[in-house]
Amino acid sequence: MKTLVLVEHDNTNMKDATLAVVTAASQLGEVHALVVGSGCASVGEQAAKVGGVATVHVADDAALANQLAENVAPLVASLMESHDAFLAPATTTGKNIAPRVAALLDVMQISDILSVESEDTFTRPIYAGNAIATVKSSDAKKVITVRGTAFDKAATEGGSGTIEGVTGAGESGLSSFVSEEIAKSERPELTSAKIIVSGGRALGSSEKFEEVITPLADKLGAGIGASRAAVDAGYVPNDYQVGQTGKIVAPEVYIAIGISGAIQHLAGMKDSKIIVAINKDEDAPIFQVADIGLVADLFNAVPELTEKV
Amino acid sequence: MKILVPVKRVIDYNVKPRVKSDGSGVDLANVKMSMNPFDEISVEEAIRLKEAGKAEEIIAVSVGPQKAQETLRTALAMGADRAILVMTDDEVEPLGVAKILAKIVEEEAPKLVICGKQAIDDDSNQTGQMLAALLGWGQGTFANTVAIDGDSIEVKREIDGGLQTVKLNLPAVVTTDLRLNEPRYASLPNIMKAKKKPMDEKTPADYGVDISPRLTTTNVTEPPVRQAGEKVEDVDALVAKLKAVGAI
Repeated sequence: MKTLVLVEHDNTNMKDATLAVVTAASQLGEVHALVVGSGCASVGEQAAKVGGVATVHVADDAALANQLAENVAPLVASLMESHDAFLAPATTTGKNIAPRVAALLDVMQISDILSVESEDTFTRPIYAGNAIATVKSSDAKKVITVRGTAFDKAATEGGSGTIEGVTGAGESGLSSFVSEEIAKSERPELTSAKIIVSGGRALGSSEKFEEVITPLADKLGAGIGASRAAVDAGYVPNDYQVGQTGKIVAPEVYIAIGISGAIQHLAGMKDSKIIVAINKDEDAPIFQVADIGLVADLFNAVPELTEKV
Repeated sequence: MKILVPVKRVIDYNVKPRVKSDGSGVDLANVKMSMNPFDEISVEEAIRLKEAGKAEEIIAVSVGPQKAQETLRTALAMGADRAILVMTDDEVEPLGVAKILAKIVEEEAPKLVICGKQAIDDDSNQTGQMLAALLGWGQGTFANTVAIDGDSIEVKREIDGGLQTVKLNLPAVVTTDLRLNEPRYASLPNIMKAKKKPMDEKTPADYGVDISPRLTTTNVTEPPVRQAGEKVEDVDALVAKLKAVGAI
């Protein structure tokens, strides 16, 4: 089987999310990668070095600079004439593009796979991860998004893929890019952080969130996450949200502070290796999944923890 | 202009799903069902656009069992003008739903379709993007803010790194994210009024599209259960424990 992997990148650097997808694709067959962007030659070179990648198709075109689904999907659909499976990371980029590709190919997409059982059978979470379904696809071509935390990352060195240029169909004329507000941060990205400190509604305000959560995260070199409640309340921006419909994370250590543990939140973090919970409500559901729990007022406990770690 | 809003009847978001012991699926017997939360946000946004004078009519549509009527009545009670129920007891996959919706779009000619970004039962996150592809329309997924300006719509999207704004020519498909709005509750008088609002009943066969499933679910299991660990007394004990397990 010949697979086509959508490389996640920002036109300069390949993102880690790509590596789990390469691993999933390699379980299906030969791995070909696709870099879609503008001025993205360096990304093509990085992708060619990833272990197991045979070929990297690079579509370098101003019309593809922002990877608008309307422009990218027809290009992927045409490349799928010579590939059997299209795999994208289950990031907002992948989730935006892959279903559009699937519909163009008249294929039912398999979203957010956790494992490859055979070349047509996969497992995937449903009901916020409260159930795991095994699904078999009868479509001749497969369109798949891959949950990054479910597959090991492919090696970023050691591969020697050949790089080939491909041409897209240009501007669809349906949509255009206006602007972007991307948070600039020295912090590790949530989906690749080894430690995450995450805050909930109990923080009470954006000032308190900053005052209590940030110093601990700084000291641990951790990424910062939040529950939906904290995001909805405006304490932190949307890209902090961990949960069923936000980011799915599985760090070495997840420290949940003032988070009660709604099932939608647990869906996004329960595969973390070690879960630590600090909450003043001893009956909070978060304690049912926490390896280490501390029943305490976070406003006292967290500064003390920051001081002592 | 008209706005089409697809809504899905799903397990209530507060209910913890239970996997059937025979592995055939999730037990939905006697379980509280509600409108998919993202679809409530879609209905709300359509109503706000109508209230702002940007739209004249809101049509709610659901593909599902007879009981999906209740979900459509909720949409009508919130403020949709009329409803279409495409009745089927079979599970229709996102691709099939998108094909039915594409036919309804041909008939109704809305300028905007607002879908929830994902349903909280199958968590597919596909229907809106598929519909946009089938119609050859632009798509504004995971919307945080929308603004209609003449023949175009600006959609601020929630993306992994932050926010991205795109401009789409109308007609277009928008899918909603959590921060787009806070849906209203239907008032009792509006619930009563909704009973008199028109609801067409159709079947997938009326639209002549092939919705036979492409995926077969062969097994559904519980995820591995995580055991609760231990509670520690104070911060010192927490720090000691974190060091003991090599967490820090």
